[in-house]
Amino acid sequence: MATKLVERKPLSLAEQTYLPQIVTGLKITMKNMLKPPVTLEYPEERPEIPTGYRGVPTLVKDPNGREKCVSCQLCEFVCPPKAIRITPGEISEESENAHVEKAPREFEINMLRCIYCGYCQEVCPEEAIFLQDIYSLSGFSREEMVFKKKKLYEIGGTLPDNHFKWGKKKDAELSGNPHH
Amino acid sequence: MELTEFVWLVTKALIMISVIMGCAAYAVLLERKVAAVIQGRPGPNRTKIPFLGNIPVIGPIITRLGLFQPAADGLKFLFKEDPFPKHVNALYYLLAPLIAFIPAMTTMIVLPVGVYTTEAGTLAPMVLANLDIGILFILAVSSLGVYGIILGGWSANSKYPFLGGIRASAQMISYELAMGLSLLPVFMWFGGSLNLFDIAQGQNELLFGFLPQWTIVYQPLSALIFLVALFAETNRLPFDMPESETDLVAGYNTEYGSFKFGLFFVGEYAHVIVGSGAFVLLFLGGWNIPFVTYPEGILGSMLSVSVFFFKVLALVFFFMWIRWTLPRFRYDQVMALGWQRLLPLAIANLVFYAILIALIEQF
Repeated sequence: MATKLVERKPLSLAEQTYLPQIVTGLKITMKNMLKPPVTLEYPEERPEIPTGYRGVPTLVKDPNGREKCVSCQLCEFVCPPKAIRITPGEISEESENAHVEKAPREFEINMLRCIYCGYCQEVCPEEAIFLQDIYSLSGFSREEMVFKKKKLYEIGGTLPDNHFKWGKKKDAELSGNPHH
Repeated sequence: MELTEFVWLVTKALIMISVIMGCAAYAVLLERKVAAVIQGRPGPNRTKIPFLGNIPVIGPIITRLGLFQPAADGLKFLFKEDPFPKHVNALYYLLAPLIAFIPAMTTMIVLPVGVYTTEAGTLAPMVLANLDIGILFILAVSSLGVYGIILGGWSANSKYPFLGGIRASAQMISYELAMGLSLLPVFMWFGGSLNLFDIAQGQNELLFGFLPQWTIVYQPLSALIFLVALFAETNRLPFDMPESETDLVAGYNTEYGSFKFGLFFVGEYAHVIVGSGAFVLLFLGGWNIPFVTYPEGILGSMLSVSVFFFKVLALVFFFMWIRWTLPRFRYDQVMALGWQRLLPLAIANLVFYAILIALIEQF
């Protein structure tokens, strides 16, 4: 190995007194003092959440107000900390969404277990579960932190959807061209 | 002593104490604000008192400035749980905060804060006790404050406070010498007077018609040594060896909480204020500013007090500015700086000015 000798210059008299260095330091802090604060005053000011942020997982409805989840349970299987529990349920024959066949009867996400990895969103074939921009989460009890289906839909809302997969399926069925 | 005279003296003392205590409380706020702006934060800006904080326009502004914060801090010190560890030496544990606090408050009695014209037409200092040994009194009494720290560290009967106390004593001894020696040329310069008022008034004139005749102009080295020693004496960064929270938890006050900690805390800031006052009087011309003669009467006195107050405030700000600029010295560096640099420098300084003053008096 080649060794490189670094030359260490002896300190000059001015440097030995430390005073010029202290003055330089004071100048730097004074410059900082004159700058505006860089902090956000949190509860009043909120940070801008970039798109693609992995916040609290939520369930969304399609623009027609139909719940998108078909309780395939893929998210439940993929969830690394096993935070999701789905109880599948049938859709009644009378409903106009009867052709979808299934919907979750209960959909629970235990937010005390969730690690915000986003696998559920990635694996969902129906684009029904999204990690949206909610980043501050708190509660008074453990029970409260297990999010039920109702709450998940409430915080999820509706997201734009270009596929209308189940709508098209119904149209095809009605025009005698069902695709199974 | 007549009764009215006595009452007047007590009133003056009470005014002085409340002003210094108020200054100490607001120095804490200033420290937090200075720390905040240097670090790019807004600092304390939420504390709000009902009614006062609700006045339109003014209320929000003073809330943003954090002017109610000292009250909140003080209330916290008063009402927090007062921990009393089982393993301490109770008497000294209780005594230590008082011993740290009292000298800081005592030194201010010899600190003149302004001038007024007496009925006889002469200038007189606004001071509680115009002692002829003024600065000696300050040096002697303020050094007693370190006993509070040592006692606090020792009586807490645990490792870190003990180390903090030991460091405080070693540092005090090392820097007290350089401090005293750096002041001797100042006294020689002003004809051997130790009276703070005489020294401040001696800096009233102009040098060559434009330079303020402040001691710092004649004796920059004395001023520097005194300032560095002052930092060490008041345990401010970069010399806060007794506390050094990175290696000693909280140093001497690790086992203290609530009001007892508050006494240490206020004592430190009172110490800083009184030290700044002494520095201003000795080196920065006290209440004198060049080209200005104060008018007689109450207006002149008010002006002199405000100028003095402003200079002290600027120096207190400098203390804080340094704190958030320089990192803490290592312990051996503190010792080396004290004994190997400042002390020889102070002696050389003393010899130089002794010869210089002798020469000036010869010719």
